[in-house]
Amino acid sequence: MLNIVVCIKAVPDPAKTDSIKINPATRTLIRKDIPMVLNPLDKFALEAALTLKEEKGAHITVISMGPPAAASIVKECMALGADKGMLLSDVAFGGADAFATAYTLACGIKKLESFDAVFCGMASSDGATEWVGPQIASFLDAPVVTMVNTIEENEGHTWTVKADFDNGYRRVRVQLPAVFTVTRHLNQPRTLSFSGIIKARKKQAEILNLEQLGVDASKVGAKGSPTIVSNMETTQNKREITMIQGTREEKAEAVFQLLKKSGSIG
Amino acid sequence: MIDFTFTEEQEMFRKAAREFAETKIAPRVEEMEKTGEVNADVVKALGAAEMMAVTIPEEFGGLGLGYTARLIALEEIARVNVATAMMLQVFALGIEPFILFGNDEQKKKYLPGLATGEFLATAAVTEATGGSDPTGIRTSYKKEGDDYIVNGRKCFITNAHVANVLVILAKDEDNPKSFSAFIVEKGMEGFKATHVEHKVGFRGCNTGELAFENLKIPAANLLGAEGKGLAVTMSAIGEIGRGGMVGCALGLHTACLEASIKFASERILYGKPIAKLATIQNKIAEMKIDLEAGRLLGYRAASMQDAGQRCSNEYAVAKYHTTETCQKAAKMAVDIHGGYGCMEEYAVSRYYRDAAVVGPSAGTSDIMKVIVARWAMS
Repeated sequence: MLNIVVCIKAVPDPAKTDSIKINPATRTLIRKDIPMVLNPLDKFALEAALTLKEEKGAHITVISMGPPAAASIVKECMALGADKGMLLSDVAFGGADAFATAYTLACGIKKLESFDAVFCGMASSDGATEWVGPQIASFLDAPVVTMVNTIEENEGHTWTVKADFDNGYRRVRVQLPAVFTVTRHLNQPRTLSFSGIIKARKKQAEILNLEQLGVDASKVGAKGSPTIVSNMETTQNKREITMIQGTREEKAEAVFQLLKKSGSIG
Repeated sequence: MIDFTFTEEQEMFRKAAREFAETKIAPRVEEMEKTGEVNADVVKALGAAEMMAVTIPEEFGGLGLGYTARLIALEEIARVNVATAMMLQVFALGIEPFILFGNDEQKKKYLPGLATGEFLATAAVTEATGGSDPTGIRTSYKKEGDDYIVNGRKCFITNAHVANVLVILAKDEDNPKSFSAFIVEKGMEGFKATHVEHKVGFRGCNTGELAFENLKIPAANLLGAEGKGLAVTMSAIGEIGRGGMVGCALGLHTACLEASIKFASERILYGKPIAKLATIQNKIAEMKIDLEAGRLLGYRAASMQDAGQRCSNEYAVAKYHTTETCQKAAKMAVDIHGGYGCMEEYAVSRYYRDAAVVGPSAGTSDIMKVIVARWAMS
């Protein structure tokens, strides 16, 4: 039976992006009061694992790094069908960049007995670096295929996948264990069901702190992050209003000229 | 301290219901509005998403989640389409008498199919003589051998043409003070779904009339004890019917508020969004206050129901408050939208029509006041 790991992230609800503010001192997002949801692209990663579980049998572990509140998102993944949930949560993990996040997640994956495939969404909706998946692979010393849109062959331990590449695609044959980051074209994620939620009643996310994970504090969180955010600011999309006066013909001509000037029409 | 928070599991139910409504119901709303007819895909989706199974005990194929979960599901579905929520709430109205009064054989025969959506239910009590005073009904029955023969008509029956398992109320032909409830299956000899109503709102939710002409019902389909039919139907109406309308009203009210906030934030007047104007904020605040109060009333009653306590009076209070304020909210939502609020392209025009139907369904506000006054003076 396959052992599949799905890396997930609790992100501020993308539908509420208007409410997200930035802390000017720390240059990090102020997540307070913004409801957390499962990172949209991670749903496709989880669905890939759930489909494999249904087709061939698999044990799915969902792993995440985040604040204690992220446990509810891990639980949600278990309600969707994951067998086990692991949340890496400690104040020391706070302020991590993609590198430190990948390191911490890889340490969590190494805690598991074994793994055949690791699925990640290709990017998070808040950070959107697309680096975490490949860096996890690097820390695990495993091959990685990014932007996977189709799993073509999954028999045995050599899989063939199709992945986005510029305007075309790559067909990649890869030896397991391997890491895959996935796009939204891979599948159609299932939604939560009431009976799935009931089945998850007895499942609880295992929460591991710095000590339990057994990692060096200098390699995680802000301390372990080589990335320096030089600046971060909120942009405002202001709409300009131009009142057009005149007869109907004059107004139509004015609109035509405005559209032409903006390049909207030739 | 009283804990007013939902459990983690209840929050997940809300998320599941919202995802379901937004992905499976929302794409069908336009079509339902156009045709006014029940959408078969929506009914199928409700079954697949286990929405009919919520209150049915697990031993009979349901989820056994109770009434708070039901209210959450209805609220989320009504937020997207109150007509679908109404259809679902009346399925439960037809299911509840089986749960409360069905014998083991009846439960085994019907509840598993009702849980999956194979059977679709309704309760038929209302007649031209009225719905809130069921003792005024004229539909009658008489015993003939092993069967009951029923004659009469029912009107304003939600799901009349959709349901294939119905719980009906009739009075004894020889004893007008004796009422009994029966299980009727569509297709039984003498059963006919007749006139279809065309409502101003709730388009996509079927309402119509039923005719029973020498309808032959086997004795095994007597639900509860003979002569105790009022208890069978009224227990469902008092708690399930009113509770269901609370869910419909809360969801519709939320939709009105959300649409108003969105529009007011985008509509520019005097160089700034109208949401910055005190007069608009006043309306938004009123809508929010009413909604918060309605949620407290509704979920209190639902939690009492989950605890096995009588709560039909508490539901009457919640039903009155939520349906009245929902109508008020729909009016304010249309007002905030100005001229756009009268255009069919804007959802608030539908909300306004739907709100008109929320009021009288499962008992008018005036009847709710009668019930609440009796409670207060008892």
